[in-house]
Amino acid sequence: MSAAWTLEAVKALRGKALVLDEAFLDVAPGEVLGVVGPNGAGKTSLLRAGLGLMPLETGRALLAGRPVGGLNPVERARLVGYLPQERRLAWNLPALDVAALGAPDLPPGEALAVARDRLERVGVPDLAGRGVLDMSGGERARVLLARLLTTRAPLLVADEPVAGLDPDAQLLTLDLLRAEAAAGAAVVVTLHDLGLAARSCDRVLVLDHGRVAAEGAPIEALSPEILAKVFKLDGALIETPAGLVVAARRTLSR
Amino acid sequence: MSGRRLELLLLLALIAGAVIAIGLGESPLSAAQYHQALTDPGSAPGEVLWSIRLPRVLMAALIGAGLGLAGAAMQGLLRNPLAEPGVLGVSATAGLGASLAIAGGLAAMPGAIELAALVGALLAGAAVVGLAARFREPEVLILFGVALSAFAGALTALVFNLSPSPVATAEVLAWLMGSVENRDFTDILRALPPMAIGVGLCLYSAKGLRMLTLGEEAAQMSGLPMARLRVAAVAGSALLAGASVAAAGVIGFVGLAAPHLVRAAVRDDPGKILRPSALAGALLLVVADLAARVIPTEQELKLGVVTALFGAPVFALLAWRAARSWRA
Repeated sequence: MSAAWTLEAVKALRGKALVLDEAFLDVAPGEVLGVVGPNGAGKTSLLRAGLGLMPLETGRALLAGRPVGGLNPVERARLVGYLPQERRLAWNLPALDVAALGAPDLPPGEALAVARDRLERVGVPDLAGRGVLDMSGGERARVLLARLLTTRAPLLVADEPVAGLDPDAQLLTLDLLRAEAAAGAAVVVTLHDLGLAARSCDRVLVLDHGRVAAEGAPIEALSPEILAKVFKLDGALIETPAGLVVAARRTLSR
Repeated sequence: MSGRRLELLLLLALIAGAVIAIGLGESPLSAAQYHQALTDPGSAPGEVLWSIRLPRVLMAALIGAGLGLAGAAMQGLLRNPLAEPGVLGVSATAGLGASLAIAGGLAAMPGAIELAALVGALLAGAAVVGLAARFREPEVLILFGVALSAFAGALTALVFNLSPSPVATAEVLAWLMGSVENRDFTDILRALPPMAIGVGLCLYSAKGLRMLTLGEEAAQMSGLPMARLRVAAVAGSALLAGASVAAAGVIGFVGLAAPHLVRAAVRDDPGKILRPSALAGALLLVVADLAARVIPTEQELKLGVVTALFGAPVFALLAWRAARSWRA
């Protein structure tokens, strides 16, 4: 199957610092790719570079096989929905209106209908009329997830969608994204929780100082060597009845 | 309240306000004189109502609508409830243009001050539009606007400083305080084209302003032509602010306060707030100008002085209430 999103040998600068160095990524419809790495490894930069939000020094970024720089805003939005890490909302719009912002391509009535359905899917249909600034951070995160799902895009890119959420909401978020993948979407998420990444993602891509340190099935990509080298952790992924978990402690030799 | 009902309500209030503003004035009329004015527009009372007060009220409504709309568009674009039409620095450069024209002795030429102010606004507007096209971050526009305002303010002060005649200085000062006194239909027709374009551009940007609720990057990826919508909002606001200053001098607070008066009724929606803000701005300025005329003072009060005098405390009250809701 052809890739929904491909980055090849991407180098990118932020200011004068090299934040991506020969980085790559590919994701196909139907799979969930987790991007992990320590703070400052370049996770957000990788997403932004691949979405055309940041210029590439070298390399290519393709959405459904087409260079992202050559797409107009409408074409790009038809191919990908993006949930940025930044969750600050400027105005206290009702949740339903915020979710409906995911579908500016539809007539307002239809956009609201899709938004209502997605709010239901993320489990907060009763919040539809509530102002988004009058909510808890977790409720707002769900509304923004509903906004992402309202885009109906074949590729969903979510930057730290579970940051600051309680355990149940974290699992729900990834379950919902998995369901989108099962329905045929390609999904890319950045995560800090390695256990969650191992359990929820079909493949994991490990970034370290802007380079791809490992990429593959979770159990392979998050090997003890990678945990030690990239995350400075002494431990391993272990199989439990609830799925993979990371059992590790900080390495003593740093 | 639905947006449509709010707009209808504001429109009715504006019409009522305009009728009262045309009816009342410095020189009180008797019932017979009102009758005469209505039946014979060419009579002396008719002249007062239809040739002096009507254009003045229309001008106040036009300027108020422009400032209210520009303020709402700026607040949406910069995602900041404290933004107002002057935040881009365009009002200050328009004021500078007018000051130069007055100090240069062009005040007697019809339309010269207006033209100079508009040129000042357009030059600054072009710079700000160029900036808005290059940078997504609202901070860039705000900082540049502050710098531009300060620089234009300094140059205006320099005009005072170097002005050889105190008469010209007084004239500049009076003009800067803002007024719609003695405006006629020619003045309105002169202000109309740039304002109409400004209104069109701001209303066009509405869907982009709504999308910006999500932040710059999510808006960028939304499928809307954000670069174009951002430029439309900036250019539209600059035209409205510039044309307002050109037509009536510097009138503060209306652009800042009008959106806040209707914000709750449209549930904070930065797109739906545009038209009600224009109507609220028009209403505010018609009422403020009426107050300027009927408050008995030796010299007629300047409109800019009235809006600031009444606007500032009311605005402080609104801000106080809003701050309490933020803290909760």
